[in-house]
Amino acid sequence: MKIKQLSVFLENKPGALSAPCRLLAKADINIQTCSLADTREFGILRLIVEDTDRAKRLLQRNGFAVKVTEVIALEVADEPGGLAAILDALEGTGINIEYAYSLSSRIKGHALLLFRFSDPNTALQVLKDRNINTVGSEEFTKRLKG
Amino acid sequence: MSKNRDIPPMHPASAMDFLPPAQLRDVQFTRLKDMVQRAFDHVALFRKRMDEQRLKPSDLRTLDDIVKLPFTVKTDLRDTYPFGLCASPMKEIVRFHASSGTTGKPIVVAYTQEDLNDWTRAVLRSLAACGVHNGDIVQVAYGYGLFTGGLGLHYGAEALGASVIPISGGNTDRQIMLMKDFGVTVICCTPSYFLHLIDRAGEMGVNLKELPLRIGVFGAEPWTEDMRERIEAGSDIRAYDIYGLSEIVGPGVANECTYQAGPHIFEDMFFPEIIDPKTLEPLPDGMEGELVLTTLCKRAMPMIRYRTRDITSLEPTRCACGRTLRRIKRIGRRSDDMLIIRGVNLFPSQIEAALLKVEGTLPHYQIIVDRQKDLDTLEVQVEVTPEAFSDTVSAMEHMQKRIAHSIEGITGLRPAVKLVAPRTLQRSEGKAKRVIDKRIM
Repeated sequence: MKIKQLSVFLENKPGALSAPCRLLAKADINIQTCSLADTREFGILRLIVEDTDRAKRLLQRNGFAVKVTEVIALEVADEPGGLAAILDALEGTGINIEYAYSLSSRIKGHALLLFRFSDPNTALQVLKDRNINTVGSEEFTKRLKG
Repeated sequence: MSKNRDIPPMHPASAMDFLPPAQLRDVQFTRLKDMVQRAFDHVALFRKRMDEQRLKPSDLRTLDDIVKLPFTVKTDLRDTYPFGLCASPMKEIVRFHASSGTTGKPIVVAYTQEDLNDWTRAVLRSLAACGVHNGDIVQVAYGYGLFTGGLGLHYGAEALGASVIPISGGNTDRQIMLMKDFGVTVICCTPSYFLHLIDRAGEMGVNLKELPLRIGVFGAEPWTEDMRERIEAGSDIRAYDIYGLSEIVGPGVANECTYQAGPHIFEDMFFPEIIDPKTLEPLPDGMEGELVLTTLCKRAMPMIRYRTRDITSLEPTRCACGRTLRRIKRIGRRSDDMLIIRGVNLFPSQIEAALLKVEGTLPHYQIIVDRQKDLDTLEVQVEVTPEAFSDTVSAMEHMQKRIAHSIEGITGLRPAVKLVAPRTLQRSEGKAKRVIDKRIM
């Protein structure tokens, strides 16, 4: 199960982050989670929102460079070795983790991780074979809201 | 809706485009003599320069004697600001335009009613040459006002009998809405603004390829053949180059015909020469040099051997369309635009060409030159497009590298490439501001 993620190009300067966030706020679009990748000159804001298509149109209309990509959400045990188990599963498959970010789940004892894999479809298959459960969009929302 | 590609019958005003060469030279010589006499009688600066060279209007015995006349340069217009080069009294002058000069006083040009009529006819012939006709709906998206672009195209298109939308520049969403709702068939603007319109229309869910829009008349800034390909592929229109400058009249000095093989100069009104910009010696057709223009009809402000700073050549061969008017090679650069960075000559058009070679990038760029510790620095800021944007830092950095590599390959200079957000680079009159040279600030 893949989750839609919005990426937004930002210049690395004061105020750059607030412009897209303010737009989403005005349109009553809730940001479920976000992560910010930065370089010296630019940043990439990655967002998971409830209505990806509406948010994309809104940002585009306001002149932002926006892209929708699919990421995979995994629930891992909040204990030593939780993440290592996932990485072990991918070992030797040639699948690269482009980036990942984590957030806390309302389900006690678990954490949520979002992954952008170089080859998402193969990654899904590998995880399924190892009985590692991915979290779909609806479930993802539930996990966040509790 | 499909695009109508029918070739219209020739407009009567276009007959002058096909004048036999000997007859054309007669017209040119008669008009030149009149105009030189007028300038000699009424423009102090011109008379002074003629006197210095011990020249009189009567020394013009053939058309070729034009090379004896003194040049006019841009600073002459500044030095005589605002009306010093006017040959007509104020009661005969009915219009002014002025350049958007970046520093100090603007350059002012004046027109009598007759001048406006001539200009209108030049633009009419420009539009007719690339297949515009009555029944066309023409969106004039050049700026209206002191800039010659908007009003120039406006009157020419009206005189042709086309239906004009005088929307002026800016307000892109509205431009696209009217283009769609009115069924616009012809757009007039700068090529860089049209690329922006294509982008924006895509974002708004409007596919320009499916609209009746079939012709673009693009000018007011140098552009390349690569850019033409981008425009035509992105909108399914035919893109034509219109050339002009306000010192001479405005747009309509030259325009491409449907063969798209370089703008034809309306030689019966504007006499072209190519000179070596260093020795000032005339160069034969086919040789590249600076374009020098003489107005043959202008009354309010005759321009004699005006140095345009545009680098081009006059095509030595006749165009397949049959026009006897000579063509200039598309102007990719101006001698004014040349930057010298660490001793290397750089033209903005080279940066444009380099960007167009990198997939997914569009030539929305700005060149920033500075000097740090006595060493020139070159930064190229490039607007990120939705197509080129990726969610991974590595892909974006890879694109930065490819752009830098492409620029280095073409110019020999290694730039710092900075990616900036869409539509953040400064644009004025729809003309992209390409160069910021902090060394001279």
